[in-house]
Amino acid sequence: MNILVCISKSPDTTSKIAFTDGNTKFDENGVQYIVNPYDEWYALVRALELKETIGGNVTIITVGNTADESIIRKALAIGADNAVRIDAEPTDAFFVATQIAEYAKKNNFDLVLTGKETINYNGSQVAGMVAEFLDVPFASQASKLDVNGTTLTLEQEIVGGLQIVEVSTPAVVSCAKGMAEQRIPNMRGIMAARTKPLEVIAPSEVEVYTSFESYSLPDAKKACRMIDPSNMAELVDLLHNEAKVI
Amino acid sequence: MKTDLYSHPDYYNLDDLYTEEQLLVRDAARAWVKKEVSPIIDEHYENATFPMHLLRGLGEIGAFGPYIPEEYGGPGLDQISYGLIMQELERCDSGLRSTASVQSSLVMYPIWKYGNEEQRLKYLPKLATGEMMGCFGLTEPDHGSNPGGMTTNFKDAGDHVILNGAKMWISNAPFADIAVVWAKDETGRIHGLIVERGMEGFSTPEMHGKLSLRASATGELIFVDVKVPKANILPNKTGLGAPLGCLDSARFGIAWGALGAAMDCYDQALRYCKERTQFGVPIGSFQLQQKKLAEMITEITKAQLLTFRLGQLRNEGRATSAQISMAKRNNCEVAMNIAREARQIHGGMGITSEYSMMRHMANLESVVTYEGTHDIHLLITGMDVTGIPAFARDMPDLSKM
Ligand SMILES: Cc1cc2nc3c(=O)[nH]c(=O)nc-3n(C[C@H](O)[C@H](O)[C@H](O)COP(=O)(O)OP(=O)(O)OC[C@H]3O[C@@H](n4cnc5c(N)ncnc54)[C@H](O)[C@@H]3O)c2cc1C
Repeated sequence: MNILVCISKSPDTTSKIAFTDGNTKFDENGVQYIVNPYDEWYALVRALELKETIGGNVTIITVGNTADESIIRKALAIGADNAVRIDAEPTDAFFVATQIAEYAKKNNFDLVLTGKETINYNGSQVAGMVAEFLDVPFASQASKLDVNGTTLTLEQEIVGGLQIVEVSTPAVVSCAKGMAEQRIPNMRGIMAARTKPLEVIAPSEVEVYTSFESYSLPDAKKACRMIDPSNMAELVDLLHNEAKVI
Repeated sequence: MKTDLYSHPDYYNLDDLYTEEQLLVRDAARAWVKKEVSPIIDEHYENATFPMHLLRGLGEIGAFGPYIPEEYGGPGLDQISYGLIMQELERCDSGLRSTASVQSSLVMYPIWKYGNEEQRLKYLPKLATGEMMGCFGLTEPDHGSNPGGMTTNFKDAGDHVILNGAKMWISNAPFADIAVVWAKDETGRIHGLIVERGMEGFSTPEMHGKLSLRASATGELIFVDVKVPKANILPNKTGLGAPLGCLDSARFGIAWGALGAAMDCYDQALRYCKERTQFGVPIGSFQLQQKKLAEMITEITKAQLLTFRLGQLRNEGRATSAQISMAKRNNCEVAMNIAREARQIHGGMGITSEYSMMRHMANLESVVTYEGTHDIHLLITGMDVTGIPAFARDMPDLSKM
């Protein structure tokens, strides 16, 4: 099975979040990037497991610049066979999805996997757009994925239970928690990654539809107020008049 | 179970200077430590047991001989990667790092540098995976800071030699499959010998009662007329300089490792300062606590820069023994001070195994002692800058005073 896994970077969860240029740009100074966990732990590892059981090839793709090759190397160290970097700033979901779809079209993949979202922008849009551009089925937020010939069986969590769906390949699936277990790259993997192929491709021209007007940080966490359990009226009053949530 | 929340302080954006591969190696080691070691380390420390089941995993993350070339089964990493792995291990526990340091710098290094091709091919690949473990016997009951005075010796007996003597304080000894032992020949010259478990007359009793480095196994090496084949003698370097060359490599790893322990203590202290409230405010809002944190991060940053530069010099083959010695001494001292301050910031909680400072503090007492005590390293720097060795002196004749 020929699998394409889309990986993107996201700031390490311990990074200090700040903005520059009058709050219109994310301040990258001192920020360390990691592979977006949904892409790494679930999409990539499940792709590798499938390859290990039914054979095939796992290609990873990212839209980004040279600095992003560190996340590519990590994905290769975990076990992907080869990598593609579309050499461009990933400006918005439409731009990224278009680039990925163009590459996928030319290279006949049976399956395209992504994480269910990135943990920085939480956009959840790329996978659906890629499926649309490729004109293939899309299943979102799968927590389990099995392959039988050209049939994919997927589990998706829904309110109060599970939903099992089948789609046929080629297809795009976005992966959620439960799909696989994190793999830590071992030394053999890190050594092998040194020589695995990394292809850098120029982006195709795409109109950019989004611009970022401004960013702001969430309000600082307020101190916790304890209310005596016997005093329900006060609690209701505070929730209604002060917090304005009921 | 408590979660290991560690993230490293990087005040001067040093991460920007590491290569992609160095960061990958470091992060893999950290992820492995958080998953496999953090949850169990306290139990081993309290019970004074070495977590034997981790050996394979240590091999997989490249902790055994990271710089050993691929042709001998190593990953062929650079010295900074070696340092970073040691830092991640000791960030969790000095005992764990000790096992990896000994295997890498005191067992694999001499076989690689002073051994012949047969010895390299026979031992290094298995040592790299952790399938075979080694220890290093230099210190003797009566010769610690002065290893040159050793009395362990061997006599020529045809195709083999007969080894006699005893070594003490030997990390990994209780479970090691092989020991790189330093002993004098009949002319008094020091050689390295590979002694294998099972050789008649060779035993490795464990030392008990350690109140430091409890998750590391320490023992004695006792040789009573042990027949060691001549093929097991390391041929390519003899004299005290041979074991000292190993110590250079190990001390380099310790400099990185001790700094890891300091970084772990600081990381926890910073978090605790923001979370713990007294007198209605976080304790981190008090100037006295901020002073502690400010001094800690300053010392850590200085040590990080020192260590990084040392890594570059070592990669270029230019780091002197004295430069390595300075980093070992400085970083151990910095780590000990930071462990104590961080423990104080935690108040009573700081003395429990809920936090790692107290364990680090006790461990660092060994780390500051082995591979040259703090004093000995001061003498090394002193000699380096003055040109005058001050290690030994004649005992004054007290009767004439
Ligand atoms: C947990 C642990 C693990 C160890 N693992 C190993 C191992 O794997 N292999 C190995 O070979 N050894 C190992 N050692 C031994 C270690 O290297 C020695 O303990 C160390 O070299 C100090 O020797 P000593 O204990 O005999 O102290 P001593 O040399 O007796 O020193 C006692 C005190 O005198 C001071 N002193 C000594 N000489 C001078 C001087 N000239 N000027 C000023 N002060 C001086 C010292 O600084 C120290 O404060 C280990 C030790 C420990 C604690």
